[in-house]
Amino acid sequence: MHPRHPWHPWAMLCPTLALLGVFLVCPIAIAAYGSLFSWDLLTPPRFVGVANYGAIAFHGDLLSIALRTVAYSAMVVFGTMSLGLALALLLNRPGRFYAFVRASVFSAYVVSWVAVALLWMWLFDGNSGIVGRGLRLLGAGPISLLGDVHSALPALAIVGVWKLTGYAMIVFLAGLQSVPISLLEAAALDGARAWARFRHVTMPLLAPTAAFVATTSLITSFQAFDVVRIMTQGGPARSTELFVYAIYEQIFLDLRVGRASALTVVFFLLLLALTGLQLRVWRARSEPLR
Amino acid sequence: MKASRARAVGVLAVACAAGAAWVIPYAWMVLTSFKTLAEIVDDPVAPLPRHLDGGAYREVFATMPVGRYAAVTVCMALAIASAQIALALPAGYALAKLRFVGKRFAFGVVLACLLVPAQATFVPVFLLFAKIRLVNTMAALVLPFAASALGTFLVRQALVSVPDEIVEAARMDGASEWAIVYRVLAPMLRPTLVSLFLVSFVFHYNDYFWPLVMTTDDSVRTLPLGVALLREQGTGIRWHIVMAGNVVLSVPLLALFAIAQKHLLRAARGS
Repeated sequence: MHPRHPWHPWAMLCPTLALLGVFLVCPIAIAAYGSLFSWDLLTPPRFVGVANYGAIAFHGDLLSIALRTVAYSAMVVFGTMSLGLALALLLNRPGRFYAFVRASVFSAYVVSWVAVALLWMWLFDGNSGIVGRGLRLLGAGPISLLGDVHSALPALAIVGVWKLTGYAMIVFLAGLQSVPISLLEAAALDGARAWARFRHVTMPLLAPTAAFVATTSLITSFQAFDVVRIMTQGGPARSTELFVYAIYEQIFLDLRVGRASALTVVFFLLLLALTGLQLRVWRARSEPLR
Repeated sequence: MKASRARAVGVLAVACAAGAAWVIPYAWMVLTSFKTLAEIVDDPVAPLPRHLDGGAYREVFATMPVGRYAAVTVCMALAIASAQIALALPAGYALAKLRFVGKRFAFGVVLACLLVPAQATFVPVFLLFAKIRLVNTMAALVLPFAASALGTFLVRQALVSVPDEIVEAARMDGASEWAIVYRVLAPMLRPTLVSLFLVSFVFHYNDYFWPLVMTTDDSVRTLPLGVALLREQGTGIRWHIVMAGNVVLSVPLLALFAIAQKHLLRAARGS
């Protein structure tokens, strides 16, 4: 349709585009520019070229931060997808009881990360948490999952999975609704057992849904911050220092604006790469089905 | 027949276990909040408190201004959700219904912004707000989220399927473009807008990251920040108090979830 006045569309778009520009587009550009300076918020910035990138790459553990974040994301994505799919298949039944279980699982997605993180800190508490006590019953010594270099990151991933599984489950349930019952019945008539029906009918039809869940949970977990800030502050021995927390630490604890900006730029580029990769997988998977 | 009954029992048992994995942590949170410190020290895994002790809640209300934090949180979340809807409607209308030069560019900007999370912008935005002295103000909490790329995109998608004739008929009746957007089209998008509003409200009510980096003092502190601070205060971690804070923080949302489950689920399914 033609607008009544040529300026109408721009008047309508103006507030949105202006706000997005100021708060999303410009900050990325400013971060890229700021990453070329050495800057501590107190003294004037000093131009240093790409030295900040060098510093985070060689002294700032950029690689280990990135790998750690990828490891955390991989655990969360794998956990939420497999649990979410299993729960969707299990709970895709009529009745109030199943509706209640579905709602309980999903409710964790609605509750604040703060509440979830604090709750799991208490459950994981080395002395008096029920998880710790349970592990002790199984014969493990008195261990603090969050206090150990090897178990802290998986423990955070468990919390992430607990929080996000409900979302994956709901999306998978919606995907299951779109699997035509006639197809499953036809397969059953042909003598396909339950597993074969799942493997050869349901699963291929769920592939686009799975790709969608993978994308969203990957991007969400890549941005994880709250669990780290609340549960471990990056410790013990930096074993849970994830990307966003590392940026936060650089600017607010170490007052290194230049390095924080450089980390921001790398973080954003990694996120873009991940999204691009996922979109390609998503398209490739869903095309044969169309 | 027998095998199928055994199967049904098995399914039920697994479903119970799955439910327990989500219900027990909540129950533990509530039960802990009614214990006293002595009880927790004495026997931390005793399931039930000896008697319902409200001491932890009194302590929460004594150590932090719960009412003020809650008011700040709700005002912020309401302001953000309302602004997002109010701005997404005209922008979505322009992108879905109007033909103009630069439309592809404008839509491209909106799509590109879908990829930019707050975690990638907070350093420059914090520096900007620090420079113009907006840190620790409501503006710093609301303005960066007042326009939503996702909201604009979803409203645009919903409007594409609304027939042009409706807009043309309204124009014939002499309605202004703004009246068309807010009085004619908005009611037609009600389900989409309700979902958008609720999801945005819930997200920003819960948000910890942005208020944490944009506040340095108590002036516009939000409830999640206050509750997280309960853990950092005092000597040793007093879990009953932290859990009481958790209950105060989560119960309103769980209640909202119970009431508006339909809308939140629809939003999660992305329809």
